[in-house]
Amino acid sequence: MSELQFSEESLLPDAATLERLALSSSGFLFDPVSGHSFTLNETGRDILKILQETRDLKALKQQLSDEYDLDSSTLDRDLLEFLGSVRDQLRRP
Amino acid sequence: MTDARKPWVKPSIVMHRSGMVNKFGSVQRSQWQDQLAGVSVAALVEEHGSPLFVISEQKLRDNARHLLHAFATRYPSVRYAWSYKTNYLGAVCRALHQEGAWAEVVSGFEYEKARSLGVPGNEIVFNGPHKTRSSLERAIAEGARIQVDHLDELYLIESIARETGRRVPIGIRLNYETGYTENWSRFGFNVESGQAMDAAWRIANSDSLELKWLHSHIGTFVLDHRAYGAAARIVAGFMNDVEQKTGCEIDAIDIGGGFASHNALQGIYLPPEQVVPSLDQYAEEVCTPLLEATYERVARGRPLPTLILETGRAVVDDAESLITTVVANKKMPDGRRCVIVDAGVNVLFTAFWYNHQITPTRDLTGAPEETVIYGPLCMNIDVIRKSILLPPVRTGDTLIVSPVGAYNNTQWLQFIEYRPRVVLVHGEAEVSVVRERETLATVTELEQLPPHLAPTDHDGQSPDPSR
Ligand SMILES: Cc1ncc(COP(=O)(O)O)c(C=O)c1O
Repeated sequence: MSELQFSEESLLPDAATLERLALSSSGFLFDPVSGHSFTLNETGRDILKILQETRDLKALKQQLSDEYDLDSSTLDRDLLEFLGSVRDQLRRP
Repeated sequence: MTDARKPWVKPSIVMHRSGMVNKFGSVQRSQWQDQLAGVSVAALVEEHGSPLFVISEQKLRDNARHLLHAFATRYPSVRYAWSYKTNYLGAVCRALHQEGAWAEVVSGFEYEKARSLGVPGNEIVFNGPHKTRSSLERAIAEGARIQVDHLDELYLIESIARETGRRVPIGIRLNYETGYTENWSRFGFNVESGQAMDAAWRIANSDSLELKWLHSHIGTFVLDHRAYGAAARIVAGFMNDVEQKTGCEIDAIDIGGGFASHNALQGIYLPPEQVVPSLDQYAEEVCTPLLEATYERVARGRPLPTLILETGRAVVDDAESLITTVVANKKMPDGRRCVIVDAGVNVLFTAFWYNHQITPTRDLTGAPEETVIYGPLCMNIDVIRKSILLPPVRTGDTLIVSPVGAYNNTQWLQFIEYRPRVVLVHGEAEVSVVRERETLATVTELEQLPPHLAPTDHDGQSPDPSR
């Protein structure tokens, strides 16, 4: 099975959004525009932290596979779902 | 070289909402358990497959003893009759019969099953609105304790009694307003309208019938224990009344079942520990008015009527759990997560009215998220939990659904999927299969194909379009 290719543009939160999000080391996330707050688990927190540093899916995947013990299809699957729900949750009024 | 990488946990993001915890109920992070009745869940699934029903014989016996203790310490003559319809797996019935329980049955089938499990006729309480002539003939011949539901049954029993030249002792089922429950007036004879007394007169005037017992079963999962105080007062009052008026001698009062088990009814947001009365509370409610109402007859030297209990769910519910396995995770368009498991409502009927407890079998890390748990059936109704706060789970993870001992192993049906195995844990963590999983043969055993529909050698070839 070939590695799934995501369309970065549609999947990742845009740069401006990533920049404004306040992310604490405990996984508490606050969006000052919507006023919503969120709890991320450890993995979710790591993913957003990486994305705030480099908004690059390839780099994200590389870094996650270096840090976490998992196969690439699980990573693809879980990223697809997680980034989809981050995008969706941040879009809510 | 050892892998220093961290274990992967599905990433999750959960929006904060106020009031969420109350509404949904949650799985606390530390709440997990990897064994049932002292046996590893992983080992059970490995050997017996998933889903899997697991019964703890010890818990079942403890519950029955606890029930008897609660009542026998408050009233001197108590008899327990196991409500077959609640769970009539042979192993469950036998364990309870070994604890001294009689059988309480509500059909010809249940009667036959009780007899086949070695219960003598005179230890079977025969209830229910449908008793066939042949089942009544057998029950009468074997001295079963029949409790009559309606006049047509009364006349049928009388005609059998006459044919056989016997005098048949019977009971009648009463219904009445307790003030705390809705009257299940479709069963038995109504007290307030005088219907029950009319039936008692009819029995008193029969040369072949004798009224010996009074029965009532006011409902099921009755959370207000005061309802039983009212019930006992009304039935005991009727007993004194009917004895005085018709001259009969009642020797047993059967108060039925209905005590709530430690399960969470949908729509009630308080946990069972806070709303379900203890067996001692129920016992106190029943026994106090019984003793008061029978004080005089004891003073006159008559024995106390035996108190019969038909407790079902409160004895068996928490003695059984269901292990189920996660087959998929999904995200719903509204943001909720959903988990598909391999046990559906066809084996877990009680999911329609309970929010069953869902216990992970490993320490689930990650923030709990609002989750729907669906069963495996390709049917919209197949929902195991409509909403629960659950940390992320992986496919292959097992979950324990509990308590499930009441009404599931009797109301379940083979639908779309095969029904799974049921095992009993007993002794020193020994595991016995007490019901085998179904196979194609089990399902098709009763079917017959007329010859012209039987499969032939030509099957599998495409049909001839010219025909
Ligand atoms: C006549 C009778 N007795 C006993 C029971 C057992 O009830 P429960 O499981 O609520 O204790 C039932 C169940 O509805 C019943 O109909």
